[in-house]
Parts: sequence; structure tokens; C-alpha cells
Amino acid sequence: MSADDILDSRRSFLRKSLTLIPVVTVAGSGIGLGAAVVADPAPAQAKARDEAAPAGSGTAYQPVFFTAEEWAFVNAAVARLIPADATGPGALEAGVPEYIDRQLTTPYATGATWYMQGPFVADAAPEFGYQLRLVPRDIYRLGIAAADDWCGRQYGKRFAELDAATQDQALGLLEAGKATFDAVPAKVFFSYLLTNTKEGFFCDPIHGGNKGLVGWKLVNFPGARADFMDWVERGERYPIPPVSIRGERA
Amino acid sequence: MANAMKKADVVIVGFGWTGAIMAKELTEAGLQVVALERGPMRDTYPDGSYPQVIDELTYSIRKKLFQDLSRETVTIRHGLDDVALPNRQLGAFLPGDGVGGAGLHWSGVHFRVDPVELRLRSHYEERYGKGFIPDGMTIQDFGVSYEELEPYFDFAEKVFGTSGQAWTVKGETVGQGSGGNPFAPDRSDHFPLPSQKNTYSAQLFQQAAAAVGYHPYNLPSANTSGPYTNPYGVQMGPCNFCGFCSGYVCYMYSKASPNLNILPALRQAPNFELRPNSHVLRVNLDSSGSRATGVTYVDAQGREVEQPADIVILGAFQFHNVRLMLLSGIGKPYDPKTGDGVVGRNFAYQNMATIKAYFDQDVHTNPFIGAGGNGVAVDDFNADNFDHGPHGFVGGSPFWVNQAGTRPIGGISNPPGTPAWGSAWKRATAENYTHHLSMDAHGAHQSYRDNYLDLDPTYKDAYGQPLLRMTFDWKDNDIRMNQFMVGKVRRIAEAMNPKALAILGKQPGDRFNTQSYQTTHLNGGAIMGSDPKTSAVNRYLQSWDVHNVFVPGASAFPQGLGYNPTGLVAALTYWAARAIREQYLKNPGPLVQA
Ligand SMILES: Cc1cc2nc3c(=O)[nH]c(=O)nc-3n(C[C@H](O)[C@H](O)[C@H](O)COP(=O)(O)OP(=O)(O)OC[C@H]3O[C@@H](n4cnc5c(N)ncnc54)[C@H](O)[C@@H]3O)c2cc1C
Ligand code: SF4
Repeated sequence: MSADDILDSRRSFLRKSLTLIPVVTVAGSGIGLGAAVVADPAPAQAKARDEAAPAGSGTAYQPVFFTAEEWAFVNAAVARLIPADATGPGALEAGVPEYIDRQLTTPYATGATWYMQGPFVADAAPEFGYQLRLVPRDIYRLGIAAADDWCGRQYGKRFAELDAATQDQALGLLEAGKATFDAVPAKVFFSYLLTNTKEGFFCDPIHGGNKGLVGWKLVNFPGARADFMDWVERGERYPIPPVSIRGERA
Repeated sequence: MANAMKKADVVIVGFGWTGAIMAKELTEAGLQVVALERGPMRDTYPDGSYPQVIDELTYSIRKKLFQDLSRETVTIRHGLDDVALPNRQLGAFLPGDGVGGAGLHWSGVHFRVDPVELRLRSHYEERYGKGFIPDGMTIQDFGVSYEELEPYFDFAEKVFGTSGQAWTVKGETVGQGSGGNPFAPDRSDHFPLPSQKNTYSAQLFQQAAAAVGYHPYNLPSANTSGPYTNPYGVQMGPCNFCGFCSGYVCYMYSKASPNLNILPALRQAPNFELRPNSHVLRVNLDSSGSRATGVTYVDAQGREVEQPADIVILGAFQFHNVRLMLLSGIGKPYDPKTGDGVVGRNFAYQNMATIKAYFDQDVHTNPFIGAGGNGVAVDDFNADNFDHGPHGFVGGSPFWVNQAGTRPIGGISNPPGTPAWGSAWKRATAENYTHHLSMDAHGAHQSYRDNYLDLDPTYKDAYGQPLLRMTFDWKDNDIRMNQFMVGKVRRIAEAMNPKALAILGKQPGDRFNTQSYQTTHLNGGAIMGSDPKTSAVNRYLQSWDVHNVFVPGASAFPQGLGYNPTGLVAALTYWAARAIREQYLKNPGPLVQA
């Protein structure tokens, strides 16, 4: 087989995973809660964005990958996974939804460096690691739709519309695999959501998350300082505040 | 139809540590050398430029410098009757890719070897009797001694610019009270640089280990403790403990790499050519099957190219070396049912356990400070430094705090029982990140009759060739050793007086898990030895079957070591290169008569 054939089979794989998307998008907005969403998506989208914009932030980020309903879900979920509380700002304030949306337009989103040739054995033992056919884009698209659908059946509302305590309960059930989805295992969806949320909270702001270096300030990580000649032997708190790759300081 | 290139004296497959060392040695001998590297060109500039390289997401998390599994991976199964599944995402091990190989983004713990481990079977049989080695354990001797390799260990340390403290030099004790390792074998010279400073976490380990009666020493690290110029005239600057070390290109020119320590000298040689983006498909053999004629590779444009050569060096990393031999028909494939054949035999790994200790707010471990090879260790339970008789398992383990730098996406660690998200997680994270440390038992792993490598019957790489299949699981000996070592490290951990511990060890019934990082210290499959029935290459790493193919790398280890492998890999590569220069070139043919 020549390298060109390989590129072709890779492309056809990508095509297959992309064709999945529109179908699911339609399904995702037809979750049967609030007909307004289906009949008139534009206001719902605007509303979701208004809700999502962190208080006091200037221009709200416009998602590229997520639909309005998905954006509302992600904003609501990350705010519970890493909440703003007495210890300081949370995932929402750190810009984690923007981070995740942006990641879903990188090669990571399509599993570009994963081995994605079949046959797939989806029910393999966990020791074998990831064995699904789905790439991160699919996991979010299918997972959010399934989670909102499940919340609709469980609580009569979409996730973003639940109160915080119920949202926490719902996330706990996803984490424990007690919610069952058809399209994607609930636990897999939850673990991508949580992992990506933590990434967005602690990454360099160049990737769209950790705005104001709030994640690094929480744990006293100095970011891109990367020179500890004078501190290596000292068992004392590191005193210099963090700096980012672009030179932002906190 | 493959385009044919001009014939070279030597073609080297892969440009990591082994490829670079061979290229330097053989160009010095006046040979025309072509190195083919499947990955892209990489170097300190631009791949290690500050501040771009100080990016945890891109490097540690998205794993920019490691092997692209969409092109090639391995399949894994636990037992002979199981169906193997592909390793779809990087997890347990992180093979390198591109110029420098894993040597560009390794950590730099730079050991020699405990001499006992070079003659492991003989040693155990002599001390404990033949019956002590369990059935099915196929450990054997390397067929080369520490004394023979000593000059090559010494030279490799000088090339790498290694920092450390000798215990004895030419029989004279020099390292007492200054960080030397009383269990270390004798040396012909000091380390080229003194030990690095120790992080606060390593100091805590040192005090606790001494308090419980062990013998702490400074890890030898290929991270510089000061400015250095190596024998090739290459300059290095002092490491500043930036903490972006393992998985990153060193922006300070302080971590030894093929790119920094050897390539600049090779660039001066008119008889050397490095071709990146050249993925070797196979070694070509003549019609007799006993002589290699060169290799076939795929270039950046996807064209098949033939590179003829008189000598072929496989420096593609442990399991790639084995796969290339299997794909090319070099040596008889191993059959675990009959025990016949050699290629794929004695695949072994590392038997790790980790303990994390969490402290109160007044103990500041600052885990973001560190260097890949830096730390404090004890060898009291490594190799055969203690009596194995009452314990009934084979193998040893150094213990250490090797604070290489952990960053918050991957390095947040909370005491067991902490929720994974929400306010409770956030509070615990704020309270624990700069107040915890991690220590390891870096156990040796033994070889067994049914842990082996062959070609997968189902899954293919991006070029349509079968993937390598690993058949691998932990055995009773491994689990029992792991539990014993955890018990010993725990004493050190408790002597630090932490508020909580997390213990990550193996339990009976645990299967090999492809998801969690162990180490990238994979061994065997093309092992060296004195008998062609039980080894694929002779003591000079020369194929028994195809005399102009040499196979340097940890593929030659008959079992795993307690120490990290690269010091021994480098010494063996220099040793084999010397044999090529001084013996093979004069009289091309088998260097050892079977
Ligand atoms: C994160 C990390 C940390 C490590 N830390 C340590 C440490 O602290 N101490 C230690 O002793 N060891 C460490 N190691 C292991 C160390 O990196 C290896 O032992 C060492 O690099 C092996 O050298 P090598 O030449 O055999 O392989 P590599 O250095 O990996 O080089 C092999 C090269 O061959 C290329 N190649 C493979 N297949 C082909 C093909 N078909 N055609 C062309 N080219 C090919 C690869 O792309 C690669 O560049 C670490 C490894 C990793 C990944
Ligand atoms: S810790 Fe030292 S050797 Fe490692 S990358 Fe940083 S400066 Fe280089």
C-alpha cells in the first residue's frame, strides 16, 4: 500500500466521522424539551450566550464547534466541575468553555494521532485503554445530546436549566456510569469533559483557558518562569507570581 | 518500483541515541554513513525555544514529540490464547519520533548497571541454587561483563556530560558522605560533572532514608550541574531546574541529547548524511538470506526508496528493532509453545510502584521545580544487594525521589478519597499541590517464556505492514516483588511524617494495564548472548544469522534492569561500534563463531 492510499483511508475515516455530525446535531436540538428551541433556534442561542458570558467579561467568545444548546450545557457543566467558590474563580471564569471549543477545532478533535484502524472491540477490558471508534468531536456531540436527553427524562429539564444541586447529582451519576447512554458510554463522555475542563483550567492561556492565570494562582504554580536555580534547595513557598508564555502576569 | 540511492558503507535505521552514537563512531572510522529517521528534523532550536516550549498542554498532554500512533502502534494481549488489541492512545510507554528519538525528550537519569544483572542467571544459580528461579522465567546472562564495558560507560558519561558522585575511583573511596552510592561498582574515573543540587523533596527523602538505616546517594543525571564541553567539542550550559524536562526539549542546552551532544560534531563530517522523514520498511537480504544488501524506506512524498549499504545498523528503539527483524526475516521468530526461535524472545519491561506523600501547609515541596535526572536514591534493595533467600522472588529495585518537574494539568495529586471535581476537589488541590512529593520503586522486570513479541495477524500500520504484537502480563514473581518493595519504600515515606500517603502498587490478579504510564524502558526481543539458540545477536550486537546487521538498543537486554536503561544502551553501542571498527571492518563476517 502506498502512503497515498493511507492518506485516503485516513480521509475516508474522517469523512465517516464527520458525516455523523449533522445527523446528531439535528437530534440534539430535538430533545423534546421546550419546542422554542427547535422552532426558533436564534433567540435560544443568544440566550445561551448571554448566560454563558462570565459576569463582567467584555466580548463574549463565539463558539465555533458547539451549537447554542451544547454551549449552554458546557458552560453549565464546567461551572459545577470547578466551581467559583471561597477558594477563588472557577472553570467558567477561567474560560474553560472557550478552551474546549477551541480544542475541538484542533487535530486532537479528530483523534489525528490515535490509531484508528479497525476492527474495534468496544467492550474490551479497561486494561486495554481506549478502544472506541469515536473521536473527541463525536464524544461531545453525542454525549451532550444524550446527557440533555437523559436529564429531560430524569428531571424534566435540560442540564443547563437544572439548579446547581441537581446538576451535581446528575454529573455524579454520569461519573459513576449510572446513567446509560446509547451513543457513547456516559463514563467516557464524563471523563473527557472532566479531563478537558482541568486542562482548560490549568493550561497556558495561549490555548484559551486559565484566563487571568486563575488556575495557576489557585495552586501557586509559576507558569512559564522555568528557572529555579535560586529556589531548588529551599523548602519555602515560591514567592514569584506566575507568568504566561505571552507575558501575562497575575 | 523503488528508486535506488547511491550505495553507502553503512545505513543506520533511526536517529536516537544508538543511531547517533553509531553514526559518530563509524564516520570517525572513515565510512560513508547514511542515517534514516522516520520522523521530522528536530533540534534545540526551534523545538526547544523559550517560552514556546514551556507549554504543558502541547507537550505532556497532547504529546507532541512522541510517536504518532495513527501511523504505527503495537497490539497488546495478556496471554497466548487472547486476541490482541491495538494501543490506540499513548499510555504505558511513550516511544520517540523524529531526529533525536526518545533521547531528545527523555529525563536523563544516567546509570551504569549493577554488575550482577549482566550475569543474572548465573549469579542466582550460584547464590541461591537452580531451583530458586521459577519455572517459565527465562532470565539469562548478557555475555559481556561490567569490566569489559567500563571504558564505554566512562566515555558515554563524558559524551553526555553526566553529573554525579563516584563511590570509588580505581579502588579508592571518594564518595563517602558526599552523595556517593556504596553499592556502585568501581569506576576508572570521576563523573565529568559533580552532582546537581537536590530539590527539597529529595532532601526529605535523603533524611528519611538515612533515618531508617538505608544509604541514600545522588542520582547520576545527564542534566548538567555546571557548564561543560564534551569530547566532541560540544558545549552545554548549566541546568536551572526548569521543571519542563521529561517530554520536552531542553531550552537551556543542559539535558544530554543526540541532537545537542553528537549531531553538531557529525554535521562537520562530509561522510555523514542524515535523512529525516524516511520511514524504513524493511532490511533487504540477498538471495542466500545471510547478508543484508541495504534497506527500503518511504520518503516524505510517499515514494519507496532503496538505500544499498554494506552494513545495516538497526537503531530504531527496542520494539521497532524487533519488528524490523521480523518483517525482514532476520533470525528465527520465537515460538512460545516450543521455546524455539529467538526473535521476539524475552520481552521484559519495568516493575514500578509509586508512593505519594502529602504534607501540612508548612512543608513546601514545590513539585514544579526539578530536573529529569535529578534526585536522591537508595540501592539497599536493588539488584542482589540484599538476601533474596527468605523472600523467594527474583529481582531488585532502586527507590528514589526523582522530582523531574510536575505541572498542574498532569501533576495534581490529592490524598486517596478526595472527590475528582467540585469544591472539595478544588480545596484539596489548592492545599496539596505544592505540599506533596512522589517516590518510586523502579523495579527490575524479569523475562518469561510467554511474554514475547511477534507480528499481529490482524492490525496493520499506515504502510500496510503488520503491527508488532506484545503478549505480556505480570507474573506472580513480579507482584510479590512489587509488594515487598512497597513495604520498604513505605518505611521511608512514613519517616517523613506525612499527613497522608497514596500507594500505587500491584495486587495479586492485576493485569498489565496499557493506560497508565510505567516507563518507556522496554527490553528484549532481540537479545544478546553466547548461544545462537537462545539469543538473536552475539555479544557485539551482531545478528547471528545476517552478519552485516547490528542491533543496538535495549532490545538486546535478556531481562529488565533495576536502573534506567540508557546508560547501558549507550555503553553497549560504543562497545559494538568498537568491535565493528577494530574487528569487523578488517574481516567482515561473524565476530563470534556459533
Ligand atoms: C519520557 C521518557 C523519559 C525517559 N527517561 C529516561 C531516563 O531518565 N533514563 C534512561 O536511562 N532512559 C530514559 N528513557 C528511555 C530512553 O529515551 C531510551 O532508552 C533511549 O532513547 C533509547 O535509544 P534508542 O536509540 O534505542 O531509541 P530512540 O532514542 O527512541 O531512537 C529511535 C529512533 O528510531 C526512529 N525509528 C523507529 N522506527 C523507524 C523506522 N522504521 N524507520 C526510521 N526510523 C525509525 C524513531 O523515530 C526514533 O527517532 C526515557 C524515555 C522516555 C520516552
Ligand atoms: S530541568 Fe534542566 S535539563 Fe531539564 S529541561 Fe530544564 S534546564 Fe534542561
